[in-house]
Amino acid sequence: MADQFKAAIDPQALLREQVRWRWIETIFWLAVLLPFWVTPTYLVLCSQIAIAALFALSLDLIVGYSGLVSLGHAAFFGVGAYAAGLLAKHGWGEPISGLAVAALAATVVGYLTSFIIVRIGQFALIMVTTGLGLLLFELANSAHDITGGDDGLQGIRMWPVFNYFRFDLYGYTAYAYSLAVLFVCFLVLRRLINSPFGLSLRGIRENPRRMPAIGAPSRSHIRKIYVISAAVAGLAGGLSAQTTAFVALDALSFQRSAEVLVMLILGGAGRLYGGLIGATIFIVARDQLAGMNPQYWYFWLGLLLIAVIIFLPNGILGGVAQLLSRKGRSS
Amino acid sequence: MFARHVSLIFDGFAYGMLLFVLSVGLSVTLGMMNFVNLAHGSFAMVGGYVTVTLMRNAGWPFFATLPVAFLAAAAMSVVVERLLYRRLYRATELDQSLLTIGIVFVSIAVAAYLFGTIQQPVELPQYLRSRITIGDFSFGVYRLFIIIAALLITALLVLGLDYTRFGAQIRACVDNQRMARGLGLNVDRIFMLTFAIGSGFAGLGGALAIEMVGIDPNFALKYLVFMLIVVAVGGLASIRGAFFTAAALGIIDILSKYHWPKSGAFILYFVMVALLVWRPNGIFARR
Repeated sequence: MADQFKAAIDPQALLREQVRWRWIETIFWLAVLLPFWVTPTYLVLCSQIAIAALFALSLDLIVGYSGLVSLGHAAFFGVGAYAAGLLAKHGWGEPISGLAVAALAATVVGYLTSFIIVRIGQFALIMVTTGLGLLLFELANSAHDITGGDDGLQGIRMWPVFNYFRFDLYGYTAYAYSLAVLFVCFLVLRRLINSPFGLSLRGIRENPRRMPAIGAPSRSHIRKIYVISAAVAGLAGGLSAQTTAFVALDALSFQRSAEVLVMLILGGAGRLYGGLIGATIFIVARDQLAGMNPQYWYFWLGLLLIAVIIFLPNGILGGVAQLLSRKGRSS
Repeated sequence: MFARHVSLIFDGFAYGMLLFVLSVGLSVTLGMMNFVNLAHGSFAMVGGYVTVTLMRNAGWPFFATLPVAFLAAAAMSVVVERLLYRRLYRATELDQSLLTIGIVFVSIAVAAYLFGTIQQPVELPQYLRSRITIGDFSFGVYRLFIIIAALLITALLVLGLDYTRFGAQIRACVDNQRMARGLGLNVDRIFMLTFAIGSGFAGLGGALAIEMVGIDPNFALKYLVFMLIVVAVGGLASIRGAFFTAAALGIIDILSKYHWPKSGAFILYFVMVALLVWRPNGIFARR
């Protein structure tokens, strides 16, 4: 309690407190290694989870920390996927540099659109991000010669990671590779969020009018985090293209944007781990439910969404945090 | 070539009028409560399937099903509003859009369960399916009917909003909800009625859409984008804005698909984003 009080008046102590590594986080990151031994037949699914988690993490930067709503985030995922896929298809299958190209392509698109994003308010923002997403989708669809259009981008050949680890059929390399990228990104973003820059982002989320009034350059902050978010989403897209050796047009679709938002909200936005937990639950649930009857997966998804919004407004992690704090107060 | 274009523009205008009927309710309710109702397309779908069921299974004539489609969608919307929407009027746009997307997903699955995933055609009376030819020009009767119906609805809405007591109450709630409440207006009730009427028009639009664009479970999502464009570009709670935007949208869509079939909806989305960047609150924004 005393620590918290001190933290409230000393911003540097607050940031130091938040950046401290907790034991439960160590357990979490050790637990994600378990599939290698416990469920080795599900490693392909696990690598999908890691990629979706990275994608949700990137969305968390703008939705959870800056309070902007985007329904077109798949644009960056798709751009990254196509960039990495096209590079590998045309003769350069080295994975790490491929990821760099994916991130770079998404960064460029994010940078160009960031000028638009900071100019408009909430409802128009939902529309414009949706519109930009649809725009890229249509572009990829009509550029059939380059992207393969509806048929998807085929013929991607990846070289082994570090010229040693081949992408195998069981997904050992795919999962380890995706997980490593996710972990590195997570560490970087965790540091970023718990910096003075991250703090001013949260300020913008809490009160977008007051932040400029106290002298914080809100617009340039929003543009920065938007571009960073785009780059991370591009990385996720690149990973997806490399580990599956395929890019479907679906990577740019509105459904993809909606799904990643659902994952984030399900887990809890604005908590870093929210996206990771949400993506895990979402993909495992889809795998199980769609296995029973693929057509009605959307029914359960919709029901889940309604239930989360009505009963758990801060997501699963928010609900858990609330339970814990209530317990702490009563004891 | 000229005659070709006249009939293309005519088709586009009819399509735009259909979009207008589908989205006008969303424009008013969004402007009034600031509630992002992405499930508007689901209410439209309810109307469409009511018409399909009544015509197929009960043998009703097409025109008799239209009022039922209106009422069914309106009733459904009131139930959903009371059960779910009420809780979220003060929530963020993000929560509202996610809740309503959830409803869209559920409605798509329910429609697929009840009616299957293929398009449901209906058999219209012969005189509606014929074409009128005047010299070089040829027009579909059904499209003419939609245009006339939409013009009537527009007149009804504009007159109703401008000259009736209820219309004045709606305008008061849109302009300043707190002040309207302070003056003793029952905003909740007014909103519920407006919402029901708006969803009713969506249901009517869904019924009218069957012949023109077809109805299948994805209708709720596919036309949502068009509805949002009409609302966002036209400006919130602006009947005139929605009307002109919908008309332009329909014409641009049909013309661009005719001239550049490969580019798909690219031109449409591009125009939308450009307009929104130019005027973020819509072209005809009142505020």
